[in-house]
Amino acid sequence: MTLYTRRRATNLVILTLSLFATGLGLLFLFLILGALLYHGLPALSFGTFTHATPAPGNQGGLSNAIYGSVVMTAVATLVGTPVGILTGTYLAEYGRGSWLAPVVRFVNDILLSAPSIVIGVFVYTLVVVPMGHFSAWAGSIALAILVVPVVVRTSEDMLNLVPSGLREAAFALGTPGWKVVVMITYRAALQGMMTGVMLAVARIAGETAPLLFTALNNQFSSANMNGPMANLPVVIFQFAMSPYADWQRLAWGGALLITFAILFLNIGARFLANWSGGSTSR
Amino acid sequence: MVDAVLESSSTGTHSRRQRLADILFRGTTQLFACGVLVLLGAVMLSLLIGGMPAFHAFGVSFLWSEVWNPVKQIFGGAPAIYGTLVTSLIAMLIGVPLALGVAIFLTELCPPLLRRPIGTLVELLAAIPSIIYGIWGLFVLAPFLQLTVQPFLKDVFGNIPLIEFLFRGPPIGIGVLTAGFILAVMVLPFIAAVTRDVFMTVPAILRESAYGVGCTTAEVVRDIVLPYTRVGVVGGVMLGLGRALGETMAVTFVIGNAHRVSASLLAPGTTISATLANEFSEAVGPLYIPSLILLGFILFIITFAVLAAAKLMLLRLDRQAAK
Repeated sequence: MTLYTRRRATNLVILTLSLFATGLGLLFLFLILGALLYHGLPALSFGTFTHATPAPGNQGGLSNAIYGSVVMTAVATLVGTPVGILTGTYLAEYGRGSWLAPVVRFVNDILLSAPSIVIGVFVYTLVVVPMGHFSAWAGSIALAILVVPVVVRTSEDMLNLVPSGLREAAFALGTPGWKVVVMITYRAALQGMMTGVMLAVARIAGETAPLLFTALNNQFSSANMNGPMANLPVVIFQFAMSPYADWQRLAWGGALLITFAILFLNIGARFLANWSGGSTSR
Repeated sequence: MVDAVLESSSTGTHSRRQRLADILFRGTTQLFACGVLVLLGAVMLSLLIGGMPAFHAFGVSFLWSEVWNPVKQIFGGAPAIYGTLVTSLIAMLIGVPLALGVAIFLTELCPPLLRRPIGTLVELLAAIPSIIYGIWGLFVLAPFLQLTVQPFLKDVFGNIPLIEFLFRGPPIGIGVLTAGFILAVMVLPFIAAVTRDVFMTVPAILRESAYGVGCTTAEVVRDIVLPYTRVGVVGGVMLGLGRALGETMAVTFVIGNAHRVSASLLAPGTTISATLANEFSEAVGPLYIPSLILLGFILFIITFAVLAAAKLMLLRLDRQAAK
């Protein structure tokens, strides 16, 4: 009987601890979101979207940073997505039985988790040094490199979900291989691949480290891709670390904007994935 | 099969054009796949070349030299490397038990209806960008730790002879311990997600047999689930470790950026990534940038090794599950 009670007790302790761990994880999520709303909401106003970053002590907003983030994220997505989809196509459609596919898959999974600041250093030596100055192009290239592994991973997974029967039916009609991929498989996997792109955008929208020494920052509004450009993450970094209260307030406002945009993208991607019957876990 | 169809088609030029398009398309996808490999090689090579001047100047002693003097252009990587390893170790000590708890809760305890929503919420923790953890750590977590947890730790452990040195110095809020703590919260969702997925690979019949002979849930987890998924769990932990080692912005906010190796966990320190983030764009002098790039190369090699090991372990589990 004592053995039985002891086993019951151990069980209860372990299960309570696991419940506690889950509660703690969720608590952190809500603490962070709560702090963002608490500090960020008062900092946001219409002017945040229409005025450029101010000098300390002046009124201003984040318009130039928002513009920079949107433009660089867009360019990076436009460059990185086709590369990722084509690579994913090779892995899913042509890679069977070759030595190349497992190696690429392995390396891609490592790039997926590789430290993004190292990618920043890479782009610095490859683009910034030869050009001689920081630029929004360099920032976009760094972000594009981060897009590729995410898109490769999801597009391979999604293409693998397309039933072979569809492909075989198309081949049986005498359709050339490239047409089968482009017009049948891609079309069947379209929603899934869209979720991959959304997850990639969510991943790079908040990336700060690779932009620190590629796009740098800009105190003023600039649409020149060939020069330094303001962007939300780096502005948040500089303003939050500054001693000025009004800069810190703007940093919280920017943090709120960026987090909710990213959470929105993530949840949207999940809905799209569920709707199309795929899964994006891992 | 396709070729046969094409060859028998009456319009010869048409079929030849299609076959050319086929080869072109396949070649293009293969080219981009090779591009991923080239990318990895290029990253390694450029970091190696960029860091070479520093390596020539300081040699292997760069790894254990503690000096960081931009004025005299003498650099050593020890404080940054030490900080990287210690913060990640703290993150693992706190994060792994929590992540295992979450995975156990999600697979064994949670009502099926809540499994998805709770799993998604934990995964959203992974979607929050690093910089948000940083700003939260600096303005919310650090003051909290400074006022409550750190004085408590000093009171409890500050007088125990052998570990007393870990808690020396004033509780200033930012420092190695705070950075480790933030990292623990950041790696929690990654490890929890992988662990939950590998827990799911345990065949139901094993689990049910154990319950059938009267095991408690805790015993099923300890004696059936964990032994079966050991490799995968270790792989998931290594994946989290790889993330923690390279994490930049969150650490940069709360570590204090001090180039010294101090035994106290309450003291400010630095990590490789925080050093790069803080100093790269303002570095001047012939050896400053190369030293930073060399640090980046060291970081890349460490994370590459950890992530590769993690990946190999997870692949092994996949093969086991496929059998």
